[in-house]
Amino acid sequence: MAAEHLAQVNIATLRAPLDGPELAGFVAELEPINALADASPGFVWRLQTEDGDATAIRPYDDDRIMVNLSVWESFETLRGFVYSTRHLEVMGHRRAWFSRMADPFLALWWVPAGTIPTVAEARRRLELLARQGPGPDAFTFRAPFPRSARR
Amino acid sequence: MDAVPTDRDLVAIGLLQDPVRRALYGHVVATGAEVSRNQAAEAVGVARSLAAFHLDKLVEAGLLEVSFRRLGERRGPGAGRPAKLYRRAAGEVAATFPPRTYETAAHLLAETVEQAGADLELQAAARRAGSEAGRGVRPGPPGPDPSIEQVLAARGYEPYADGDALRLRNCPFAGLSAEFPVLVCAMNLRLIEGLLEGIGDAPGRAVLDPARGRCCVAVL
Repeated sequence: MAAEHLAQVNIATLRAPLDGPELAGFVAELEPINALADASPGFVWRLQTEDGDATAIRPYDDDRIMVNLSVWESFETLRGFVYSTRHLEVMGHRRAWFSRMADPFLALWWVPAGTIPTVAEARRRLELLARQGPGPDAFTFRAPFPRSARR
Repeated sequence: MDAVPTDRDLVAIGLLQDPVRRALYGHVVATGAEVSRNQAAEAVGVARSLAAFHLDKLVEAGLLEVSFRRLGERRGPGAGRPAKLYRRAAGEVAATFPPRTYETAAHLLAETVEQAGADLELQAAARRAGSEAGRGVRPGPPGPDPSIEQVLAARGYEPYADGDALRLRNCPFAGLSAEFPVLVCAMNLRLIEGLLEGIGDAPGRAVLDPARGRCCVAVL
C-alpha cells in the first residue's frame, strides 16, 4: 500500500436551509451517495457525525458553509468516484443548492497513510490554495501534484 | 491542437479516401474493442494480407493503435505468436480551412461559466439547443420521425445497444469534458434530453451513467 493517501476537502454555501424544499433534492441524495463513497474502491475515511454525514459541521463564521472532508488511497480512486459514478449527476445540480464561491472550494493534499486530517487543517489547505494557487501542499483535480513532489 | 493542420493530420485524412481503408477503420471503430487482422478482413470482405497492409497504414497515420496479445487459451511454447490487434487511437485528427481553433474558445468559455457559477444557465441553453436541433431533423408528416439512435449517430456519438440501453461510444466533447466534467456532462445530458424532446420522444430517457472510455450519457 502507498505510504501516502490523498485528502480532499470541499466547502459549499447553502442557498437555503437544509430542511427546506429547495434543498430536498440534496438531502435525499446524502445517504445513497455517502453509501456509494463508502463502498467505492480506494475509499479510506470521511468526516461524519452520528447522523452519518457532515452536514451538521459548520466550521466557518458564515454558518451556511458546509464542509466535506475525506481520505482516499489515490488520486485516481477519488477522481473515479467523483466523476465516474452517480455522484457526477448529483453534482450537476450544485448551482440549484449552493451559491457560487469566489475563493477555492476544493483542495487536495497528500497525508501519511493512517492519519486523518482535521477540519482546521482542511481550512488551512483551502487558504493556502487561495493564496498561492495549486502547489504540492494544496492542489486541485485540474492541477494535480504527485506524491513525490511533496518533499 | 494546432490551428494550422499538420502534415500528419492531412495524411491521416487523405488515407481515409480509400474505400477499403475507410471500411476497415469504420469496422474497428464500430467494434469498440481490439480487432485482429482476420476479423477485420472478414468483416470488410478483403484478403487478410490486404487488410493487414491497410490496417498498418492506418496505424502509421495515427488513426489506429496496436497491441499484441495471444488470442488462444494456450500459453508457453507452442502457443504461437501473439496476434496483432487494432483499436482506435486515443488522439484526434482534425483539419479546418481556413484554420479555426474552437477548442481554445470552448475552454475559455467553459472556464468562465465555471467561474461565474452559471451551470444552470448553460444547462437551460443546452436543452433549448437540443430541442431545436431535434425539431429540425423531423421530416414532418407523413415522414416517420427519426429515432434517437439515428439522431445521435448523425451527431457523432456512435450509439450502440447494450441490453435495453443505448450507450454512446464517443464523447463529442471529450477534451472539454475531461477538464470540466460536471459542467460539460450535465450540459451534454440536457442537450440529449432536448434532442429527445425535439423528435417527439421522452426526454426522461436520457440519464447520466458515467464510465471511462465512453460518453457519460445513456438513453434508456
